[in-house]
Amino acid sequence: MNIVVCVKYVPDATADQKFESDNTVDRVTVPGLLSELDEYAVEQSLQLKEKNADPESVTVTALTIGPDQAADAIRKALQMGADKGVHVVDDAVAGSDAPATSKVLAAAIEKLKGDGGVDVVVCGLGSTDGAMSVVPAMLAERLDLPQITLASVVESQGDQFRIKRDGDTATEVIGATAPLVLSVTDQSGEARYPSFKGIMAAKKKPLDTWSLSDLGVDASEVGLDAAWTAVESTEARPPRTAGEIVTDEDGSGATALVEFLASKKFI
Amino acid sequence: MSEILVLVDHVDGAVRKPTFELLTIAKRLGEPSAVFIGGADKADAAAEAVKKYGAEKVYVVDDTEIKGYLVAPKAEVLQQIAAQANPAAILITSGAEGKEIAGRLAIKLESGLITDAVDVQEGPVTTQSVFAGNFTVKAKVTKGTPIITVKPNAAAPEESAGAGAVEKFSATISDSAKKAQIVASQPREATGRPELTEAAIVVSGGRGTGGNFEPVENFADSLGAAVGASRAAVDSGWKPHAFQIGQTGKTVSPQLYVAAGISGAIQHRAGMQTSKTIVAVNKDEEAPIFELVDFGVVGDLHTVLPAATAEVTKRKG
Ligand SMILES: Cc1cc2nc3c(=O)[nH]c(=O)nc-3n(C[C@H](O)[C@H](O)[C@H](O)COP(=O)(O)OP(=O)(O)OC[C@H]3O[C@@H](n4cnc5c(N)ncnc54)[C@H](O)[C@@H]3O)c2cc1C
Ligand SMILES: Nc1ncnc2c1ncn2[C@@H]1O[C@H](COP(=O)(O)O)[C@@H](O)[C@H]1O
Repeated sequence: MNIVVCVKYVPDATADQKFESDNTVDRVTVPGLLSELDEYAVEQSLQLKEKNADPESVTVTALTIGPDQAADAIRKALQMGADKGVHVVDDAVAGSDAPATSKVLAAAIEKLKGDGGVDVVVCGLGSTDGAMSVVPAMLAERLDLPQITLASVVESQGDQFRIKRDGDTATEVIGATAPLVLSVTDQSGEARYPSFKGIMAAKKKPLDTWSLSDLGVDASEVGLDAAWTAVESTEARPPRTAGEIVTDEDGSGATALVEFLASKKFI
Repeated sequence: MSEILVLVDHVDGAVRKPTFELLTIAKRLGEPSAVFIGGADKADAAAEAVKKYGAEKVYVVDDTEIKGYLVAPKAEVLQQIAAQANPAAILITSGAEGKEIAGRLAIKLESGLITDAVDVQEGPVTTQSVFAGNFTVKAKVTKGTPIITVKPNAAAPEESAGAGAVEKFSATISDSAKKAQIVASQPREATGRPELTEAAIVVSGGRGTGGNFEPVENFADSLGAAVGASRAAVDSGWKPHAFQIGQTGKTVSPQLYVAAGISGAIQHRAGMQTSKTIVAVNKDEEAPIFELVDFGVVGDLHTVLPAATAEVTKRKG
């Protein structure tokens, strides 16, 4: 079985995220890391491998599209236990929107199919920066695969998959047969930390770097200029004006709170 | 005027409030056409409901053949209606399912997609709130038919009678769209409280409740509010995940948000920072949530909330 896990290198959410002058996300000066939400995807990929009757026969490939530093995201996935990495890096990709990102990911997955097919494409529930949560569905559409997305529980037996999904109005069980696209939420199980052994082993694991021409994708089809949407303006939210803070003493807090709510006509 | 397609969000034929908001937005952009994908026996009632909010046309698609499958068939239905109607925009509710339908549809129609709009004006120009609500972004679709998913509460639904002309549409669904099967579905238990994403007031509890949500729930009920929770409260098993507010839960933008026993981590803020008025009760005066509040009480929620509940109830008489 071949598993490809799509991981994204994102600006650290606890640092100050900001925009460049061309309204693209600043991915250079803001420190980055493997998206926390994609760690769950790596974890589930590794669990699929470990639960397989013959784990050695399963290859987990971590795939990312991003600037040079994005190789860090792949390295982290390798340290956690992925077998190999593929980093698509090309100046033309900068500023790509979700349709273009999914196009390049799909092309990379097609290329990986050359080594004996791809059975499962695993994604996180969303990027912590763009947070559209649409790339997995777009990938499924482009690869013409079923999607079993936003899984909080993943079960599989051979090529049969079942997931639990907390939908908008119902909790659902979704089933499909591989090959498929799977996305997992942060409810699917804590992601492991790389062990010392994992960190050492990762140094010897293959990490390929591909450009758009390796994938047969034309540079004019991706990047900021080819985006199907355009950001007209970005504006930092004005800081909230400091509110009133009271310390509760013998019930004074509750009275003041209710006074405040009444003054705002909530009561 | 061009048609604006609105995908009707409903549970078993009962149209949900965000659909009325989408119809209100659609009226700004063109002529609203509702697309109802559901049981044929529920279509009339749904058509009546959307007509009240300005739907000039209602495409009715019987879902007998597709309701057992996830997302993909609905994207095919919309693709086929769009091919016929040539709409100026397609509006879909920003939930898990809505965004995924939109994602597949964008690829099919080779059209730009904007998700999680909190406002849509003529153009269409959308407003989104990004980076945990720290930035406001205005954007436009530049290719194909604009596909926009809109968050609940983006507009106040305005009643306005439309013609509501029903057009039965029979879509052709491919076999490959029927590969992800809904094996079982358990509707969410009704709480008797407003829907979290639609509520005007939300009262949330965190780790500080210590697992006792009664003060939070009673206070919510005194205000007619929905109840939410932090991830710490969800991870502790005190509330199901459907209650979680934040980056990996729901995003809410109510008139009033009350955080009780919640520290205000960035991931929690991402889900509530755009609320109009924010109130917190926390026993630690250093808690970061106090940076956001319009009004804060430093105190124990187990005494402050019950006393406040009693006071609200008394005032409401
Ligand atoms: C990838 C990722 C995604 C995440 N997604 C989310 C998300 O969607 N939503 C979310 O909420 N979190 C999310 N988190 C977790 C987040 O970082 C915090 O850990 C979480 O929000 C903390 O919840 P809390 O505020 O309830 O708990 P704590 O941080 O432990 O805070 C509890 C607060 O309660 C106060 N308190 C204690 N006792 C009392 C009392 N008796 N009366 C009043 N106050 C009291 C304490 O002073 C403290 O401030 C995510 C984290 C990661 C890494
Ligand atoms: N640049 C990227 N490289 C690799 N995977 C990505 C990239 N962008 C998005 N993904 C995958 O798609 C998921 C959803 O992303 P998004 O739709 O951007 O919220 C992420 O959790 C990743 O698994």
